[in-house]
Amino acid sequence: MSVRVSRRQFLKFGAAGLGASSMAMMGFAPDQALASVRHFKLSGAKVSRNICTYCSVGCGMLLYARGDGAINSHDHIFHVEGDPDHPVSRGSLCPRGAGVLDFIRSDSRVRYPQVREPGTDEWKRISWDDALERIVRMMKDDRDRNFETHDEEGHLVNRWMTTAMVAASACTNETAYLTQKITRALGILKLDNQARV
Amino acid sequence: MTNSWVDIRNANIVLSMGGNSAEAHPVGFRWVMQAKERSDAILISIDPRYNRTTAVADYHAWIRTGTDIAFLGGLISYLIESDRYNREYVEAYTDAAHLVREGFEFHDGLFTGYDEARHQYDKATWNFDLDEQGFARRDETLQHPRCVFQLMRRHYSRYSVEMVERICGMPQAKVLQLWDLLAQSAAPDKTMTILYALGWTQHSVGAQMIRTGAMVQLLLGNMGMPGGGVNALRGHSNIQGLTDIGLLSNLLTGYMTLPAAGAQDYRGYIQEKVRQPLLPNQVSYWKYYERFFVSTMKAFYGDAATVENDWCYHWLPKLSEPLYDVLYAVNDMTKGTMTGAICQGFNILAAFPNKAKVLDGLSKLRYLVIMDPLANETGEFWKNHGEFNDVDPSQIQTTVFRLPTSCFAEDDGSITNSSRWLQWHHRAVPPPGEAKTDNAILAGLFQRLQKLYQEEGGAFPEPILNLTWEYSDPAHPAAAELAQEYNGRALADIEDQGRIIRRKGELLNDFGDLRADGSTSCGCWIYSGAWTEQGNMMDRRDNSDPYDIGVTLGWAWAWPLNRRILYNRASARPDGTPWDPNRALIWWSGERWVGADVPDYPIAAAPEEDIKPFILSESGTGHFFASEWLGEGPFPEHYEPLESPIPNNPLHPQNPLAYHNPVARVFAEDRDTFGTFEEFPYAATTYRLTEHFHYWTTHVLLNAIVQPEKFVEIGEVLAGELGIAAGEKVRVRSKRGHIDAVAVVTKRLRPLQVDGRTVHQVGIPIHWGFTGVAKKAHLTNTLTPFVGDGNTQTPEFKSFLVNVEKL
Repeated sequence: MSVRVSRRQFLKFGAAGLGASSMAMMGFAPDQALASVRHFKLSGAKVSRNICTYCSVGCGMLLYARGDGAINSHDHIFHVEGDPDHPVSRGSLCPRGAGVLDFIRSDSRVRYPQVREPGTDEWKRISWDDALERIVRMMKDDRDRNFETHDEEGHLVNRWMTTAMVAASACTNETAYLTQKITRALGILKLDNQARV
Repeated sequence: MTNSWVDIRNANIVLSMGGNSAEAHPVGFRWVMQAKERSDAILISIDPRYNRTTAVADYHAWIRTGTDIAFLGGLISYLIESDRYNREYVEAYTDAAHLVREGFEFHDGLFTGYDEARHQYDKATWNFDLDEQGFARRDETLQHPRCVFQLMRRHYSRYSVEMVERICGMPQAKVLQLWDLLAQSAAPDKTMTILYALGWTQHSVGAQMIRTGAMVQLLLGNMGMPGGGVNALRGHSNIQGLTDIGLLSNLLTGYMTLPAAGAQDYRGYIQEKVRQPLLPNQVSYWKYYERFFVSTMKAFYGDAATVENDWCYHWLPKLSEPLYDVLYAVNDMTKGTMTGAICQGFNILAAFPNKAKVLDGLSKLRYLVIMDPLANETGEFWKNHGEFNDVDPSQIQTTVFRLPTSCFAEDDGSITNSSRWLQWHHRAVPPPGEAKTDNAILAGLFQRLQKLYQEEGGAFPEPILNLTWEYSDPAHPAAAELAQEYNGRALADIEDQGRIIRRKGELLNDFGDLRADGSTSCGCWIYSGAWTEQGNMMDRRDNSDPYDIGVTLGWAWAWPLNRRILYNRASARPDGTPWDPNRALIWWSGERWVGADVPDYPIAAAPEEDIKPFILSESGTGHFFASEWLGEGPFPEHYEPLESPIPNNPLHPQNPLAYHNPVARVFAEDRDTFGTFEEFPYAATTYRLTEHFHYWTTHVLLNAIVQPEKFVEIGEVLAGELGIAAGEKVRVRSKRGHIDAVAVVTKRLRPLQVDGRTVHQVGIPIHWGFTGVAKKAHLTNTLTPFVGDGNTQTPEFKSFLVNVEKL
């Protein structure tokens, strides 16, 4: 018995759950289907090795991205999977890690600097220069006004107690080190991270 | 972790307590299952809730939240009295034989030296009895009444099985069954690992809970062993790294501490930090403190740091309190004494206790800077989100800047997992829109500040003007350059015994190269070795395990010195042979220490030299007696949570000072924000779900689909009493506020009999807020109390009181 099917019908059959190869072995194959296999979607991707930043296990992640940065060719990550070489995770990801693409591409990602002015009810978009210059002005005014060179007992303490900083648990060690350098140079002591939460 | 994720597979017994790794660390948990499959390990889960770790456990018990010290203290007594501990290990490797000085006592819940007004101890007597040379006196027979072993034995003799039942709400037969199982690992060829996470840290006695676990492991001879250790699984991806680098109020890099205000003299500061050995011939590695410190100051301030100006010692800010932690900072915000805050990837409105107080604090700031990939709740604290954040924006005068940052997929660098592995990752794509990396934003802020100080002058500009900034693109310091800076460099040729070991300008090989004379620079001494002349060690990908013991020295890099199991000298007997030939990790070859791991020990020190294995401690031993290192006392004692469902501490019913942790810090402003069990009768505990990560994944569509809505877990019996059916809406109240949620009525929580009372426990996931794509909800931390652990000020998120009503 021979059944003639188009390539489209064949793929539909395949998607319904039967292995295409076993169908072909039964003599049940479209005329030219095997000659025009669709490209594997990851074959043209750039692969980057990364480490999941959800929890502290540090599972290996492979990020598959397309786009070379040329005009009209925007880089974007379209697939994430576990790194099979990783000695702890050995290719696995948990329900959080496996869904991380929706984090990277979340609608909640902030895309440009914004400011909320005192007493107002809205965000306004501003430029990076405006944002950084305004922030730095407020920081310096506060530091110059409230810097303590000596405590009440006359000890030399050189500290800035009126601005606090909390640092990000998903940041790199290199960012953490830069944060440590800068905050201590400014005299900040109210410095903390998520170790407690 | 003292050990590593993969090493869990070497355990015979896995004790999961204060953590729920099956749900919180699902991929790491595979190594627990491996232990069960490979060697028939038994998994014991002790938790207030029957959770998914419990579901695959061989034995389990419910415990009242906040009472783990009672269970473990009872275990210590059981092990000693039934002679089921590793005697040889305890004698050779711990401080059990040290004598404690006269004057140190414990009476009705308090150690010697308590100052009721200050809620602090004078710790002068909390120390060893030293001889004329400054060495601790010892009684090797462990019989002297003042030796640590006998003092510990007496201290925990009060923790009888009856007392443990009364405090923990765990039936005696269950307690004895578990103690018997745990005691099996006293055999030299059996090891137990302890896996804990925030379920131990987030209590007013959190640090002492962990210490009690460590004492049990010392008694059983499990520290330093493959399949042993005390393993902090940790919550966030790089909180290990941020802590290693010292992003805490009182720390410098590598667990060095900032000076206190009283340390006005550099020499005095160093002398206090340099720890001389308490026994002859010991390493006491902190004796090199000055090398670490000077090298850090050279990394920070370069040529400006000189011997003449004490390496810019006075440029460092000095502390007048032990900590200026987040609770301290928020409390100051509410008093109106703070001007600004910078929140870098930290959603403090959602993450700190007592949301109403945090909201009040933020509303009193002049400016708030948010650096985050996501539009989180903290950035919108001023916005009215209906009942979930009911504020009037016109009354809030805070200027809020929201700066978009890259996420991990868009940045290069290393993060440190809980096994202390620094793993490098590579940027895949640029960040969305105008978002920038954190390094670029920090550099943008700092360089502008520096320019203003150059132009205008201002308060104490020297450290700002002289901070080293030798990056090829000053506006965007590269991760590789920063990593090399914390690894360290030779600033001059470095000699050792007349031989040049490092040429000027070369990257250091490890912290053994460091010098205290200004000839080396090293931003973080424990990370020295991460990026050497051989290249980026953190990016290595050789996953081979030549000894088949779960140690992959060629994968990434672990601090310190690429060691994978800390204190691994203790995996061998005093004579240098492994305790268990089937679990050999390192051993004495006759000439040097060799094996599967990097020895945590002087490599050529023969066993006869009697150098003890805990080389960072002053006597080289593991400490049962914590001396002055912890706030509550040298031996952990059970105290009730600040909000307790019972009227007193069953160990000290007549002493109100010993009801709660005597050194817990409660701000005057918060005294009225604690509830009583008459008003709020149920013990509540917060936790995390597999499908969510804190407050991030409510912004992630897939996770919002699988766990869309806030719920609370209520036991069947309590639900029956209150007439609540599964799926109905309930309101959970504490003294600080309320949340509404769907009731999950469950068999996983059940009433416990505690000191003659029935105590119901309520489980509250921390997730969901008022931003993102999941269903909007009240923040769980509306409920939690504003009190921290007596040492670290970690908030008591795991034990507090609530009431529940049907809506």
